Amino acid sequence: MTEYLLTLLIAVPLAGSVLVLLLPGRGEQAAPLIRKVGLGVSLVAFALALVLWARFDPASADFQFVERYAWIPAFGIDYHVGVDGISLWLVVLTGFLTPIALLSSWESVEKKTREFTFFVLALEAAMIGVFVALDLFLFYVFWDAMLIPMYFLIGVWGYDRRIYAAVKFILYTMAGSVLMLVAILGLAFLHQQASGEYSFDYVRLLALDIAPVWQYWGFLAFAVAFAIKVPIFPFHTWLPDAHVEAPTAGSVILAGVLLKMGTYGLIRFAYPLFPEAALYFTPLIAALAVVGIVYGALVAMVQPDMKKLVAYSSVSHLGFVVLGICALNANGMQGAVYQMVAHGVSTGGLFLIVGMLSDRRHTRLIAEFGGLKRVMPRLTAAFLIITLSSIGLPSLNGFIGEFLVLLGAFLWEWRFAAVAATGVILSAVYMLWMVQRVFYGEVTNEHNRALPDLTPREWVVITPVVAMAILMGVLPNIFLAPTAAAVDKTVQRVVQAQNVTVDRTPADAPDAIGPATAAAGPATAAPEQVRRVLRASKDAAWSAQ
Amino acid sequence: MLDSSFAALVPILCVTLAAVAVLFAEAFRREGEQMPIGGLGVIGLGFALAGCVVLWNRNASSLGVIEADNFGLFVSAVICVAGLLTIAFSGQVIRRDGLPSGEYYALTLFATAGMIIMAVASDLLTIFLALEILSISVYVLTGLRRDSPSASEAAFKYFLLGAFSSAFFLYGVALTYVLTGSTQLADIAAWMGNEGLNVTPMMLIALGLLLVGFAFKISAVPFHMWTPDAYEGAPTLVTGFMSTGVKAAAFAAFIRVFLSAYEPLRADWTPVLWGIAMLTMIVGTVVGVAQGNLKRMLAYSSIAHAGYLLVGLVAANEIGRASILFYLLVYAVTNLGAFGIIALLSTADRPHEELRDFAGLWHTRPALAALMAVFLLSLGGLPPTAGFVAKWYVFSAAVRAGFYDLAIVGMLTSVISVFFYLRVVVMMYMAEPADPQVRPAVGAVPLAALVVSTAALFYLGILPTRMIDLAAASVGTIF
Repeated sequence: MTEYLLTLLIAVPLAGSVLVLLLPGRGEQAAPLIRKVGLGVSLVAFALALVLWARFDPASADFQFVERYAWIPAFGIDYHVGVDGISLWLVVLTGFLTPIALLSSWESVEKKTREFTFFVLALEAAMIGVFVALDLFLFYVFWDAMLIPMYFLIGVWGYDRRIYAAVKFILYTMAGSVLMLVAILGLAFLHQQASGEYSFDYVRLLALDIAPVWQYWGFLAFAVAFAIKVPIFPFHTWLPDAHVEAPTAGSVILAGVLLKMGTYGLIRFAYPLFPEAALYFTPLIAALAVVGIVYGALVAMVQPDMKKLVAYSSVSHLGFVVLGICALNANGMQGAVYQMVAHGVSTGGLFLIVGMLSDRRHTRLIAEFGGLKRVMPRLTAAFLIITLSSIGLPSLNGFIGEFLVLLGAFLWEWRFAAVAATGVILSAVYMLWMVQRVFYGEVTNEHNRALPDLTPREWVVITPVVAMAILMGVLPNIFLAPTAAAVDKTVQRVVQAQNVTVDRTPADAPDAIGPATAAAGPATAAPEQVRRVLRASKDAAWSAQ
Repeated sequence: MLDSSFAALVPILCVTLAAVAVLFAEAFRREGEQMPIGGLGVIGLGFALAGCVVLWNRNASSLGVIEADNFGLFVSAVICVAGLLTIAFSGQVIRRDGLPSGEYYALTLFATAGMIIMAVASDLLTIFLALEILSISVYVLTGLRRDSPSASEAAFKYFLLGAFSSAFFLYGVALTYVLTGSTQLADIAAWMGNEGLNVTPMMLIALGLLLVGFAFKISAVPFHMWTPDAYEGAPTLVTGFMSTGVKAAAFAAFIRVFLSAYEPLRADWTPVLWGIAMLTMIVGTVVGVAQGNLKRMLAYSSIAHAGYLLVGLVAANEIGRASILFYLLVYAVTNLGAFGIIALLSTADRPHEELRDFAGLWHTRPALAALMAVFLLSLGGLPPTAGFVAKWYVFSAAVRAGFYDLAIVGMLTSVISVFFYLRVVVMMYMAEPADPQVRPAVGAVPLAALVVSTAALFYLGILPTRMIDLAAASVGTIF
């Protein structure tokens, strides 16, 4: 089974989506069965993702579970999939969040359950495909195919301005990605000029020696596509609309997985394929990331709508991920990979609970709430834990990622780190302020007096998220260790280009370690540092009390 | 038969005989008698399709003017597929609209025959004859609803402008004959090869006149003015048929003339075609955004698609030619599917072609809405449909030839086009049904044709290898 594991991971949700369409029953009579089948399929996919993790060899920096079949041989296009430490957790995260998303919409999706389940499962297949594709053509197919189900999820099951948001989402993303397709085509033809045959294969294209001019254009085409997806400031304007208008399940998947495709693309494709151009543009991207951190936090602070607040907080948090990538050292990039997963869990959790409140009151305005702690103490507790994890409280998941990113950024360029660190403070301000206004104080609105606390179904939805946030914070090594080797390899690959840029001589010496990595030390040291820092912060927390 | 000098005519003869049979059937039909006339057309087109398969790789040649090489056969097959799909949708529609069925099927089949001749002709005069056969049939088909003022206007406009463009084309043929002393493409190519180094104004004028003739038929900007009116006024199925079949036939001849006979003058025509391709893509999509009538919108979309096809022609390499063939096939299936659904949803007294008519289609007809969405997404070039592979194929030809500008503009315009295709999807899926309107039931045959088309689009989108190899093989035998 192991040799087909990745194909199974794509095929199971896809087959499930078709199965859902074929289930008997008319209209909403079939809904209970459809919901159960959809959940079952997504749980099978999650189990497969866990098998993937269990069989994954953390010591290896190479791609594992590789499958490769000729697809369009005339153009050297293969069905080529594989995972390494960078994509492993994103696949698991996708498998983790999809059942939760389906379960969260158990009651709130009242119309067209069949199509809803179909689109969610199709989306899961496409998302996993994006993370495991090692052929650029295959990657692009999944990348674009993923837009269609998301478009329908926002446009059909969303809130009031859903159509505007759905169209904006799909057009923004496509406008960015078509230029990437031109660049991908260009790469394939460069490969043909160099070696005589077309290839869209990621591993083969890595071996290509790309002229500097071409690198700049190629990198820009890739980076813009990914920057829109992340989104990096100033490409972020689609995000608040899409997040706010999407149904809860859509928001969870959007924030939890889709945004990571942008940062994943930067790490996997844009940086390693065009290292010289990447080094050239890195200061600019880092500056935009830092602007995004502060800007997103400031805008989040003044939002009257909870969902919009969480959406803007994503802009801020994703800025950290991008900054970590830009640091181009093991700490920064490992932090970025970790933060991608952590943000997926905590922001997914925030959207889930905001969705629960919205289901009860049909409003998400902060001013409509207040004093909910008295009415629903359990929901408040869950929200508080996830809020704290989102603002980076030590021993919860957000802290590890942000800390590693800031450490990496500091080793590279302390000024960026200094400004970015204010984002941590600001995130505490806007999140805790919201918690205060929504959950504490007196019950100001009569409608809120009789709101029910967590239902059993909601317990099942929110418990895994809270457990994951704590697990990731307390035992970060489980999550950091498998990423180390792959991160190290990626950093090496980009940093080596620094030597090349100096005199354009091929740096084929295996021991050519760039200055940034030399300064940061090998990635395997990172878990040790985290443990040390954890201890220090725990001490600090005690002494503060 | 297969080795005789008439072998290359087999597909043409099958279709023509079917057309004649239809005429006879109509003549002997008693008043009010129902006859499966469409079945005759299916038989003829089916045999023609089989003929294309049998003739594959034989390079049959007849009468010195018909060249059934793989390139021509591929396009002929595409045209037969377009004809078959049209007939599959027709039965129900012409019964409902009260169109004269004998004339309708006969003209459709004659037009198909003309298209096939155009695809396999290797002589400029034969191309002209084919052009006239198909054009005159299509003019009449456009005006088939004689009581409708818009149909008459459309037919008249189409006829006048078409006649002008035919005159341009014929003048180009005449000038070419004056220069080279032949109308045979092979002879012209040989002459151009010798004399092409010192280009005279006469050669450029001949080239330009031929270009105008072709540009009109494929509705390239600035010769596209007739397209929206003719597409809107014509019966919907005729629109679907002419937007796919005429385009396929015209592109086949266009490629033959420009990439074999006039290939030595490539340096002269490339900049012109480059400009036309750019303009066609941009105008087609930008103006398409503003359309509220679905047939008009698809007319502008058809203009834009002509632009994408021209990109393959400008690239002029192996990949470019093969990609045009692949694109023509995908476009025929996709566009006919979309027009078929519009036609099937109309009623006798109420056309179903405004954007708002589609509001809430999902709630009343989920299957048709889903099929329509697939066709529209394929037109927009989204994976995993065939439209994506077709666009990728054409633009990879442009990138291969170094035309990054064409590829980038093509990509960006296709994003704009996605916007207006999505407007229909928004209407179908995200708008509430306006008023309880009666939508006619769809028969088994048209529905089966739609399902098969959709399956084909997914097949070509996910496993395109066989068809890509086939397209590449069919351009490998000539040029």
